[in-house]
Amino acid sequence: MSSHTVKALVAAACLVAVAIVLGCTAASRPADEAEAQAVADRHMAQWKLKNPDRARQWIEEEKARHTIRPPADNSDLLKGDQGKGHAYGNYTERDLLVWARETEKLVVDGSRIFHNAALLGGTVGVSCDMCHPDAANTHPETYPKFQAQMGRAALLRDMINWCIEHPVRGKALAADDPRMRALEAYITAQRKGTPLNYGKH
Amino acid sequence: MKNGPRSDETTCAGRGRHPAGSHRRLSRRSFMQASAAALAAAASFTPVSVARGAGPSGKDPAFRFAYISDSHLYAKDLNDRFARALLRAVDDVNHLDPQPDFVFYGGDLAQLGQDHELELGARILENVKAPLKMMVGEHDWYLDMGKKWRELFGEPTYSWDHKGVHFVVLMSVVERDFWTQRNLSPMERMQTVAGLDNGMQSSFMVGAEQREWLTKDLEKLPKNAPLIVFSHSPLYKLYKNWNFWTDDAEEVQAILKRFDRVVVIHGHTHQVLTNRIGNIHFHGLLSTAWPWPYAPQGMPELTVQMSRPDPFNPNDGCGDGEVHVHADGLVDKVYNLWNRNPLIVAKGYTESLGKKDVPPKPNRPGY
Repeated sequence: MSSHTVKALVAAACLVAVAIVLGCTAASRPADEAEAQAVADRHMAQWKLKNPDRARQWIEEEKARHTIRPPADNSDLLKGDQGKGHAYGNYTERDLLVWARETEKLVVDGSRIFHNAALLGGTVGVSCDMCHPDAANTHPETYPKFQAQMGRAALLRDMINWCIEHPVRGKALAADDPRMRALEAYITAQRKGTPLNYGKH
Repeated sequence: MKNGPRSDETTCAGRGRHPAGSHRRLSRRSFMQASAAALAAAASFTPVSVARGAGPSGKDPAFRFAYISDSHLYAKDLNDRFARALLRAVDDVNHLDPQPDFVFYGGDLAQLGQDHELELGARILENVKAPLKMMVGEHDWYLDMGKKWRELFGEPTYSWDHKGVHFVVLMSVVERDFWTQRNLSPMERMQTVAGLDNGMQSSFMVGAEQREWLTKDLEKLPKNAPLIVFSHSPLYKLYKNWNFWTDDAEEVQAILKRFDRVVVIHGHTHQVLTNRIGNIHFHGLLSTAWPWPYAPQGMPELTVQMSRPDPFNPNDGCGDGEVHVHADGLVDKVYNLWNRNPLIVAKGYTESLGKKDVPPKPNRPGY
């Protein structure tokens, strides 16, 4: 079977499926938004029952355990007629919610990894918080700076990897490893309000 | 404490055992394996002897004792660094000449309160030549609520007299029950308490029962009696988020108030820490495992901070030390920082509220 034929068959199957779904939806279309929300909530509840591990409120749980600085408040952007008539800068409350939630998620994930030797890939039971409670003494605002011990200017991630390789005795993370991104996010978030001062020893 | 608190010696003597505990029965060979690895690692290390003779206060102390604290041991095949650090501290105190009158252990011998961690600690501490006095920390306690620790070392609250000074050891890391309602397993409870910045746990306290015991224990002492109290957490309120804090600190301080002067020595904070509240002079202990950063708020004015630790040296900011006790009960507190010159917080410094005998300022302050 040629790839064209396969694509055509798949497309046809999809059309049939969509028609069926639309047909059903049309037949039992919710009367208003509240009813639609109730249907969605029921489906979500079923999914949570089937996926208890994935459905855990891990963000709330982590925030109950550890103090995490909140992201900046952007509510000023909604005041007055800022951004009115512009494609860029015309924000809604929803935009602000998405920004805050997605940013916080990354930071909270970082806190989870920071406080967990296994997630860090450590082999000696040591996690970051054992020397840096609430990310104290990580001073992300001082990077980049020259580290004589490394023989080069180091970024925060180089120091994170140094700690992972030495006291934690794990394997260095790639710069774009999701854990590295989350760790950088958490460490930076905890120093909110501190002026940047790169090169400071 | 139903039958009244007893010293670990008394408890162990009643059972016909050595105060250092039942670890004597444990395999000699497994201990030798741990110490051989440690000695190899520490071979290049020569213990320093510090502050011999007259201390900075100009008078010879009445006697000395040494301390080791906060070793946070895991099983040695999981983490040999912490075990080696404790062996190094034992080596330090054994090389003191003259020997200290006793060695005080400041709590958090284990990291997660597991039997094998406490047993490893007991086996290593068995090598201390001077008599050993033990205090419990939260890391020793919250897996089995102190069962194994008591089995090895006796009751956590006790007192004794030595050369005219009354010594008291408190169990200051009592937490309110945060685990039953959350349905936590013993290990989950332990791990929650083991996280310094974990806000799910409660604050530490001494509790009404021990405060009552303390009042009674001190009842017969005259107001000028030299008195030294040990607690794992500082008996004052420094920084709640990290439990550098005792919830009923004021009540305990009130019990101590009628004395001319009291020295309180605490573990838990892993750093050079000095405070004075009225008649009470507070000193912290170093950890053998890792140093904590200074709290971002609430630092006592009297504390001259130690320079921030060098992350590239795993022993920097760690150590052990000595306490030189003077006839009036006040002390010169010696911080034997590995990798640095020893640091002394002299009796005259806390006595003069920081005007005399000022310890050296840090050349690398924290960020």
